[in-house]
Amino acid sequence: MSQSIVEVKDVTFSRGDRVIYKNMSFSVPRGKITAIMGPSGIGKTTMLRLIGGQLRPDSGDITFMGSSVPAMSRSELYQARKQMSMLFQSGALFTDMSVFDNVAFPLREHTQLSEDLIRLIVLMKLQAVGLRGARSLMPAELSGGMARRAALARAIALDPELIMYDEPFAGQDPISMGVLVRMIKSLNEVLGLSSLIVTHDVTEVLSIADHVVIIAEQGVIGSGSPEQMLAHSSPLVQQFLQGLSDGPVPFHFKAAPYEQELLDGGL
Amino acid sequence: MDFLQKLGHKTLSRFASIGRATQMLLGALLNVPNLRQGTPLLIKQLYMVGHQSLLIIMVSGLFIGMVLALQGYTVLVGYGAEDSLGPLVALSLLRELGPVVTALLFAGRAGSALTAEIGLMKATEQLSSLEMMAVDPLKRVVAPRFWAGFISMPLLALIFSAVAIIGAHLVGVDWLGVDSGSFWSIMQSQVSLQQDIMNGLIKSFVFALIVTWIALYKGYDCIPTSEGISKATTETVVHSSLAVLGFDFVLTAVMFSS
Repeated sequence: MSQSIVEVKDVTFSRGDRVIYKNMSFSVPRGKITAIMGPSGIGKTTMLRLIGGQLRPDSGDITFMGSSVPAMSRSELYQARKQMSMLFQSGALFTDMSVFDNVAFPLREHTQLSEDLIRLIVLMKLQAVGLRGARSLMPAELSGGMARRAALARAIALDPELIMYDEPFAGQDPISMGVLVRMIKSLNEVLGLSSLIVTHDVTEVLSIADHVVIIAEQGVIGSGSPEQMLAHSSPLVQQFLQGLSDGPVPFHFKAAPYEQELLDGGL
Repeated sequence: MDFLQKLGHKTLSRFASIGRATQMLLGALLNVPNLRQGTPLLIKQLYMVGHQSLLIIMVSGLFIGMVLALQGYTVLVGYGAEDSLGPLVALSLLRELGPVVTALLFAGRAGSALTAEIGLMKATEQLSSLEMMAVDPLKRVVAPRFWAGFISMPLLALIFSAVAIIGAHLVGVDWLGVDSGSFWSIMQSQVSLQQDIMNGLIKSFVFALIVTWIALYKGYDCIPTSEGISKATTETVVHSSLAVLGFDFVLTAVMFSS
């Protein structure tokens, strides 16, 4: 069995004239927590959509459990997606269903299990995220953190091999953030799955990640363990990890010299 | 040159849009959900799209029938032909007003709701999450809504016409004193099942296809922002209404011109 659950090989992807990635390669080790980090707008969520087969690269290949995702037919892709799941930034719970029905949804769609068995599985998944008591609430009645935990319960309903988290900590209060961080870590250990987290919350993700990939300038600028990344020599990696306002990514948008522009005002 | 470029770009994007809409419709029609999962979804949508539109359809039908009787009576009584009020009202409703007004009301009530709902599902990533859960959104979301609209609009048009005829009876017979026997018997002899009721029903099915298709496509293809959804909802009502009126002329020319 391959050591990597996902391999991204020489991927180039553009939106219109804008090149997002150019010959980018990295791998996601099996059974580990991998963090993809990088500045906003660099295309981190796009990478998750490429792995999930919602987008196709212009060139290069992406494999999931050894099979090429871009080469899959629609039915093969749907079969592969039963083994991966994604936690969207908004949670993406179905607003017309209760928490229970949201978690039961993939089981009802993809299995022939009886309602009694589905009830047991849903209660177990909700217990794992601490929301067993909230099963009859509607998504509109949940706080942001609870909605994300409910979505996490839905994401693990079919016991996938890979979970992809899209900005799981964005907009969370410190308590919810701490809960989510511990939950991602413990689910990864207990269920033996692989996790891929896209985020720019450096402190939180470095505390649980086994492997870190930092994306910028259309490619990978650094990858390795959190310790290796913290000691990385690249100024861009250091600027991002330390949250410095100026550096290779300038604070000021490109403009004419400041003094010249002030004096040109005619004072 | 700039004008030509803009015209070319607009034409191409219009054709691309028609292509995407056709692809969506075919995707929804060809991916037939199985009976166990599809039936509850269809019943729910029939309730949302059809039953929830019932009140506005019935109230509008009642008032349009009453106004039609009042206007018709005022003209007909001048020629001593007020006994023809029954067929006048029935033919106007079954051939034209029933299907057309129902389609316009349906576009405003149910069509806009369908667009906003699907647009919001797109904006909140619910459609993407369905795809990632290996569930086809065309099959799960679009198909039941399409069939619900297609089934319910002709039924609503029949209800509209029936309630409007009752409204016309209330004004014409009970208020203005037209003979009840003449009202019903002349209506019965003048209205043809094939020529009037069936043709009206065919119109209604065509309008149902157009309105539901436009509403679903506008929601599915909208820009997933509050502004995008608002624009898509407005476009649904405007495009559906214009398409209904345009197709009504074509269908009327084909059905009744001879």
